[in-house]
Amino acid sequence: MSLAFQASQALPRGTDYLRILPELVLSIFGMIIMVLDPVVDQRRNQKALGTLALIGSLAAIASTLWQARAPGLAFWNMVQVDTFSVFFHFLITTITAVVILTSYEYMEVQQIRVGEYYALILFGAVGMCLMSSAVELVLIFIALEISSISTYILAGFRRRAAISSEASIKYFLLGSFATAFFLYGVALMFGATGSTSIPTIEQHLRSGSIPVLAYVAIALMFVGLGFKVAAAPFHVWTPDVYEGAPAPIVGFMSTAPKAAVFAVLLRIMFQIHAPGRLGLIWVAAALSMTLGNIGALVQQNVKRLLAYSSIAHAGYLLVAFAALPQNGIPSAMFYTASYAAMNIGAFAVVSHFGGAGERYVTLEDYSGLGRRSPVLAAALTLFLLSLIGIPITAGFFAKFYVFSAALQANLVGLVIIGVINSAVAAYYYLRVIVVVYMHDPRDESVLPAVPLELGAALAITALTTIYLGLLPGRVLDYASRSAGDLLH
Amino acid sequence: MPDNYFARYLPILIHFSLAALLATAIVLLSWIIGYRRPTRAKLSPYECGMTPVGDARQRFSVKFYLVAMLFILFDVEAVFLYPWAVILRDLKMFGFWEMLVYIGIVLVGFFYIWKKGVLDWGGASTGRGEV
Amino acid sequence: MVPITTLHYLVVAAALFVLGVIGVLTRRNVVIVLMSIELILNAVNLNLVAFSRLYGLHGQVFAIFVITDAAAEAAVGLGILIAFFRNKETVNVDEVDLLKW
Repeated sequence: MSLAFQASQALPRGTDYLRILPELVLSIFGMIIMVLDPVVDQRRNQKALGTLALIGSLAAIASTLWQARAPGLAFWNMVQVDTFSVFFHFLITTITAVVILTSYEYMEVQQIRVGEYYALILFGAVGMCLMSSAVELVLIFIALEISSISTYILAGFRRRAAISSEASIKYFLLGSFATAFFLYGVALMFGATGSTSIPTIEQHLRSGSIPVLAYVAIALMFVGLGFKVAAAPFHVWTPDVYEGAPAPIVGFMSTAPKAAVFAVLLRIMFQIHAPGRLGLIWVAAALSMTLGNIGALVQQNVKRLLAYSSIAHAGYLLVAFAALPQNGIPSAMFYTASYAAMNIGAFAVVSHFGGAGERYVTLEDYSGLGRRSPVLAAALTLFLLSLIGIPITAGFFAKFYVFSAALQANLVGLVIIGVINSAVAAYYYLRVIVVVYMHDPRDESVLPAVPLELGAALAITALTTIYLGLLPGRVLDYASRSAGDLLH
Repeated sequence: MPDNYFARYLPILIHFSLAALLATAIVLLSWIIGYRRPTRAKLSPYECGMTPVGDARQRFSVKFYLVAMLFILFDVEAVFLYPWAVILRDLKMFGFWEMLVYIGIVLVGFFYIWKKGVLDWGGASTGRGEV
Repeated sequence: MVPITTLHYLVVAAALFVLGVIGVLTRRNVVIVLMSIELILNAVNLNLVAFSRLYGLHGQVFAIFVITDAAAEAAVGLGILIAFFRNKETVNVDEVDLLKW
């Protein structure tokens, strides 16, 4: 039972390290950047540090693909590489690469000259990757903290802007409060079952009657994780933090940590067969969809609007968690991937258009964007249509799979709430599109050209959005296989 | 030996209450009996015989906070050495190399703050980073 | 004879947890809010060590990780607080008010 005993049984082998290879690669690149940052001249070499981070994330993608060929357990059953973890590793490392691409120009324009930015993105990615492959609550907690602490700092990276440091402190206080809840839940789960390993907990809960402590533990863990994915009623921090944080970072933290936390939630809810799952999820999903969409209706700031939309999307995603495992898991995974594509794309447009000090972020500023920059406007429109859930975009199939999974589990009430909410949501997304194309520009000045890196990021996200909207089959197949792996 | 579990702690409780009683009595008695003729010098805060200068609530350099923060970090990182030391023999060389890697990572952090100039207390900071 | 059982520890831990939550929700000073969060983490540690009596060393090792994490969190929190203070000259939560609904 004790770690010392286990350690003397078998020391880790080379394959164990292969199974955390993406994390190792990301950590090493992060540390190199951290050490180089104070040594090199930042004014000239910031971009080089960014490129190094980009290479690091590409190497992590490559090592994920390599690792996928040898699935299995590692480090005394604490890490599990299977199709499920590979899916999320690939998603998170790709998000990291795209976000780094969107950051180049932003850092230049905002005159933030610190290389730690890129190091922190990589460290955050380490935590998120580890969250998706960890099958041990202690390890999940540590990974969660690696990812959270990095994002707390990143949220405050526009240090001279008061709203950025305010966003950072809000995110930090509420985030660490949430972590404490999660941790208390883990401790109680340890008490209820005598183990922190997910498979052992599952066996324990299945074999006997479920102790009351386990219900409390699941509820507390759900509170903690619900905070991190911005699910109502734990969503109050979201609009403030998203408004204040740097736009590329908002793109990052509204997708990658969310994907990782949803991976953890999938493991806890389905692999453990969490007691009391349906009730918790039902309430959280219905509240998130409704509060998110109602909040978004009145927003004038595009970042806040997208923040509320992010709450609503967390709600749609949670619907999948109430469904049966064999449909719920793949539809939830598909949803995280398509949401990542469209949301990062939208925030890439926002970060380019914001200009120095993020001046242009209100809806009025966007008026006439269609005439001032047809390419940006077209990209933004595509992402917004996908967020609504219009066919031939990723958002359509994402919502379709989630709702049909819910229908198969006879969750008619939840689906009705979801569909009504999707209709309401169309209003505020379309409002942005109307402003972009129908209104006269308030400011005829020429927009700065889209630089190559940002263009690449936009192209990747836009193509992914369309690809998932036209040919969802392969990704969904892979997600279904992962679900099989998760449930064995 | 009384058989009630808590009864065994009774002597300590008595000890505590006696101590509290005595302390209260001494303070109270001196307050009741003693003369009070306050003068300006008597009312001023006692600073080892020196005349107090200014308000104690001054702002001091942010460096102190930084050092405190870094101290917490490097201090707590050492905590892992204890469990490691206990099972060092069981871990054989694996444990040795792993701990070397761990300390290497801590040293990377140390190198970073050093180059950032956080440890530099001389007037002009040579580090490029501002914190 | 009333032996101290695991349950006693759990009750103390639960009390600490509630105190921490109340502290986070009611206090104005960010530093005290941080301390309240640490209080919750310590409640967790107490739980873990208490459960260790039943299930072996695992819980104690976990507690060490929680302590380390709490330190990292506190350091980052204070760093963020200093950055915030430079912009706003306050450490009170209710003056964290630039961002409103």
